[in-house]
Parts: sequence; C-alpha cells; structure tokens
Amino acid sequence: MTDRRNPARKATVTAVACAALAFGMIGLAFASVPLYDMFCKATGFDGTPRKGAALAAAATDDSMLVRFDTNVSSGLPWRFQAEAPQVTARLGETKTVFFKVRNTGTAPSTGIATFNVQPALMGAFFVKIECFCFNEQTLQPGETMDFPVVFYIDPAVRQDSNTAHLAEMTLSYTYFASKNGQPTAELATTGSTGKKSNF
Amino acid sequence: MANAAAHPGHHDAHAHDHKPPFFSRWFLSTNHKDIGTLYLLFAFCAGIIGAFLSFGIRMEMEEPGLQYFANPGTYNVFVTGHGLIMVFFMVMPALIGGFGNWFVPLMIGAPDMAFPRMNNISFWLTVAGFLSLVCSLFVEGAPGASGAGTGWTVYPPLSTAGHPGPAVDFAIFALHLSGAGSILGAINFITTILNMRAPGMTLHKMPLFAWSMLVTAFLLLLSLPVLAGAITMLLTDRNFGTTFFDPAGGGDPVLYQHLFWFFGHPEVYIMILPAFGIVSHIISTFSRKPVFGYLAMAYAMVAIGVVGFVVWAHHMYTVGLSLQTQSYFVFATMVIAVPTGVKIFSWIATMWGGSIRFTAAMHWAVGFIFLFTVGGVTGVVLANSAVDKYLHDTYYVVAHFHYVLSLGAVFIIFAGVYYWFPKMTGHIIPEWAGKLHFWLAFIGANVLFFPMHFLGLAGMPRRYADYPEAFAGWHKVSTWGGHIFALGMVVFFIGVVLAFRSSRRAADNPWGEGATTLEWTLSSPPPFHQFETLPRIVDEPAH
Repeated sequence: MTDRRNPARKATVTAVACAALAFGMIGLAFASVPLYDMFCKATGFDGTPRKGAALAAAATDDSMLVRFDTNVSSGLPWRFQAEAPQVTARLGETKTVFFKVRNTGTAPSTGIATFNVQPALMGAFFVKIECFCFNEQTLQPGETMDFPVVFYIDPAVRQDSNTAHLAEMTLSYTYFASKNGQPTAELATTGSTGKKSNF
Repeated sequence: MANAAAHPGHHDAHAHDHKPPFFSRWFLSTNHKDIGTLYLLFAFCAGIIGAFLSFGIRMEMEEPGLQYFANPGTYNVFVTGHGLIMVFFMVMPALIGGFGNWFVPLMIGAPDMAFPRMNNISFWLTVAGFLSLVCSLFVEGAPGASGAGTGWTVYPPLSTAGHPGPAVDFAIFALHLSGAGSILGAINFITTILNMRAPGMTLHKMPLFAWSMLVTAFLLLLSLPVLAGAITMLLTDRNFGTTFFDPAGGGDPVLYQHLFWFFGHPEVYIMILPAFGIVSHIISTFSRKPVFGYLAMAYAMVAIGVVGFVVWAHHMYTVGLSLQTQSYFVFATMVIAVPTGVKIFSWIATMWGGSIRFTAAMHWAVGFIFLFTVGGVTGVVLANSAVDKYLHDTYYVVAHFHYVLSLGAVFIIFAGVYYWFPKMTGHIIPEWAGKLHFWLAFIGANVLFFPMHFLGLAGMPRRYADYPEAFAGWHKVSTWGGHIFALGMVVFFIGVVLAFRSSRRAADNPWGEGATTLEWTLSSPPPFHQFETLPRIVDEPAH
C-alpha cells in the first residue's frame, strides 16, 4: 500500500457504491410491480384485456367465436355462469353479455372477479367497455345478480401476425373470496352495473 | 498474462506467523484463508446432506410406484431441498466463498480481503441460512405434510396458497440470509479486486480466476437483490395479505416468474464463472503454457455476465409470450454460445502443442470441458422456444442443467480441490485416488444423467414421484449411475484421509513451471499472514 493514496478511503467508496447498487436493485424489484402492471395494461401482455371506449369504426364481416369460462375459487359458495357459453362477435362489433352470480351459501359473502383472455396474445385486441370486474360484490344468501360485460374485438387483430389466424378465443373470469372485504349488510350499491333480481 | 516476478518476500522470517487460539481462530475468524477453509468445509457438509436427498430421489425413481415415499409431496420436499442446498449451500460457498476467499487475495498479491470482519459475517449468515433451510424440512408446509415442496423456484400459487404451513417461510428466510451473506461477500470481492491488487498488477494482468470472481461478484450484486425483493413480496403475500402475485387482488403470478428468472439466469453463471476461472489455471498449468487468448478469455466472461441478464424469459416460454418476444429470447440465448465457445476453444488451444501432464486435477478439468460442452449443446436445443415447449419441465431439462452444474461446476470444485489441496494444506492427495475418483465420477455421472435425455424426450416430467412402466428402464440405469458416483465420493474421502496420514509434504510449487500465479510463490500451506511486503509484478518479455 505504499504507492496508493489513502487506500482505506478508496475501499470505503467502492463498498458504498456496491451497496448502493444492491439497494438500487432491490428498489427496482419492487418498482417492477407497478411497472409490470402498467406494461400489461398498455400492451395487453399476458392476457390482460384492454379497457376502452366504444370503437368509432364500423364492424367488419370477419368474426371470431368468443367462449366464456367462469370459475369460482374454493371458499366462496357462489354459482357463476355466463348467459351463453359462447357468442360470435364480428370484429369491431360491440357485444353485451350477461353473467349470472348466485350465492348458494347460508351467509352473506363478498367476492371479487379477475379476468383474462386466452390465447394471452388476444389481450391487446380484446377491449372491454364495461365490466363488473375489480368491483367487490356482496351477495346475501340465495341472492342472484346479473352483470353485463360490454366488449368489442379490435379489427386490428387481423393485422398482427401472432393473431391473424385465430378464429376463437376465451374470456375467463374467476371469482375469489375478497381478501379484505367483509360482507356488509348494505349491498348492491357496488353494482352500478349490477341488476338485482331474486329467484 | 504477466508472471509474478518471484519475490517470495521472506514472509515468515520475522516470526509473525502466530495463529490465534482455536475458538477465536475458527469462530471469530477474520483471516481470508481460514474463512475460505470454513466455507469449503461447510460446502462439503451441506453437499453431503444435499447428496443424501438426491439419493432419496434416485431410490424412489428406480422403480415405478411409490416405494419409499408414502406421500409424493414429501418426494417434492426432497427435490426442493436438494436443489436449494446444492445451489446456495454447496456450489456457491465452495466456489465463491471457499476458493474465492482462499485464492483471490493470494493471486492478486493482497494481504487479505478488504473487509475481513464483513467476510466473517458473510460466512455465518450463510450458515444461519442453511440452518433455517434445515428447519423448514421439519415444520409443516403443505397441509398435513412437513417441508416445502415448491421446487427451488418457489413459484406461487403453490408456494402461497399451496403451502399454508411455515416451511416456505423458513425456506424464504434461508434465501434471505444466504443472499445477504453473498451480497456482502460480493462487495468484499469487488472492493478487494479493484483496490488491493499488488503494484504493477493491472486488471489486464490479473489472473483469470480473479477476473471470474470479479464478474461473478457483479452478477451477485445485481441479481440477488431482485431475488430478495421477489421472495419478500412472496413472504408478505403469504403472511400479511398483500396480493403481489395473487390474482384475487389484481396481482400476477407470472410477475414472480419474471423476477425469479431475472435472478435465476445470472445465478447459473454465478455458479459456472468461477469454475471457468479455475479450469483456465489448471489447463494452463498442466499444459505448461500461458492460457491461449488471455484477454478474450477475460472479456468472454464479462460478455457472458452481461448477456446473462437479458435472456431470463427462456425459462418461461410457456407463459404466453408473443412470437416476437420469443424470437428475441431465442436469439439472445443463442448469442451466449459465442463467448462460451470462445472459452471452450481457447482451453483446447491452450492444450494444443502443450507439454501436457495428466494429473488428477487435469483429468477433472478436461472432463469438465467435454461434459460442459455436452450440457451447452442441450442448452442450445432448449433455447429454441418451439422445441422447449415440448421439453419444458421434462427430464431433458433436468439432464441439461445437471450436465452444466453437477458435471460442470461440481467437477471443477473437485478439480480445484486436487489442484490446490497441496497449497491449502501442505499435504498431498495420492494421484491414484484423484484419478480413480475421476473415472468413477465421470462414468457414474454420465450413466446417471445421460439417460435422462431419453426420458425427457419420451415425455417424463420433472417433480413426480411416480411414473408409467414405460420409463422404468432408463430410470433404473440412472439410479445405477448414482451408485457409481457415490462410490467415487468414497474414494475421494479415502484420498483425503490418506493425504493427512501420509508424512509426504507438498513443495511450495508442486506443479512446476506451468504454475505461474502468485499463490505458488508462497509456502505450502501459506503463512497465516502473507504479502506483508507487497509483491511487485513486472512485465515479462513476450511469450
């Protein structure tokens, strides 16, 4: 160490720089959560459908078969069904489909739905104008609700080489028991889109 | 590469070589050689436990049906424990903590590591992490079973909803602790290598093992914090109601895979780059030639490290990436074959025309080059997304990564032991033991892992305790290979015992003129404190 000026200081500077790098990477790992979310919403990556307004362009003659898949995770005593197992949607045509949810349990319960599309690459072209997803719903025992989903398929789907050949796709919903939502007596105010009915 | 102008510096002339008493020497150690020894001993102990777990796996897979595991989930606990122990508590402590601590300061002519006490903390954090992992084997994981059966990747939702018990929490703490230890170690290596090289040793004259440790340390520093972040999110998802990876709250389990593999892919280079460094020294020593293309060798490692950060999604071709994204990851992955090829061909060119001596260490190093290349070739096969979709999570993948790790990194751990054992201990393992061990390990490992290619191509999936009758033949062969490999380990331990019992002592430089790095200018074993007068590196006339 004869021919170096203040080696201890140099070592400290290097070590502090390295530690800063490590903490920076931890920060990036956490920053990736909102960034990934934004990225998925912006690009439709990983089957994230787009949210948008109605399409101005006219519907085309080309069409796709849209299947509906409805699931309820264990722990939520709900029955969940689409009014039809599938619809044929012309590209660019705005479609409305109703989903029926019923609480078959004996206690009020709160659920929240998540969604995605398959093949995942359709996420970029499947645009939802109105949807019940990500609003918590509380249902009383035996209560049934109908929720509309309003969507269209962007005709640009035919311009993308990944999706140009596709003739059908699946829109999938899963109801989970809400993690933080306690069932409340006051219900149905959540459903601006919800249509109450009893049977 | 410049050679050390042999100034041994008469280190122990002034009787400064007193060692502290036993407890402070081994438990409060701040000496890089003692900490290196501790790391190596720890790695061998952990390796034996990891090997016993793999033996459980191989015994169960010998025949179809459930023989030893009543609960297939327990089989997956063995698989998970084997993977985590071998990656974090065997290969990394041996190559980085063990050989790195021992030989980086010696090779660059430094008296010790930059932060000796931090070095001690790194080691004990790793031990604490290992104990946490061992605890996880004995507490409840999946309902009604003990241990974490998540695989070393710990993917949610299996690791969250699928394992309500605390076993996964213990495993996560194990990774946190050993990760913190590795990050501190990486900071120590970078600081040491950048600031404490002997006068005259520029980066471009630094031995390749030191180069490999520098690149490895940067990879650790950039990738491990991302793993720490990801598993912290997993921990809060499990215990505090967050939904980073839980779709019920708008999270996405695929994000975990992205974060994990952003760490996981550099991690495989963390395990193999130090081995690249060691093999360069062994090949050069026993060919009595300086390594071919020194600068290309150094920068090939840098290139592998850099490109290693932008290929992670080739582990997740099946999550629904667009064709363009897949094309990019296929291409980027294949690019890695270029610097790797530079290294393979440079090792061969080093041997070309050299005066080769097939010592035990040289056997292991040459065996490594062959087997690593086989693993590299199946890696290029798997890099193709279209092929990978068929082979994803099959035994073909298991065969591939065992060829590069079990037959790659582990072979070089043994090569390093045979090469440096005389330097580290002053004792000599009999050459016949090293060679017999090599041949048993070489035959055993090939019989063990080569049939797994066939099993994978035939559709045998990973992480299943049972399988159809059709796969029985190759599984049986594979288990025989495991027995042969284990026999080799017995020979190794006999060799070590014989070395310590024999009265033969190693010379300062037992390998002769091919061994040119600074550690061979010191006594065997080196004095407790070395290079109190720094060696001076002078340029040699052109080779």
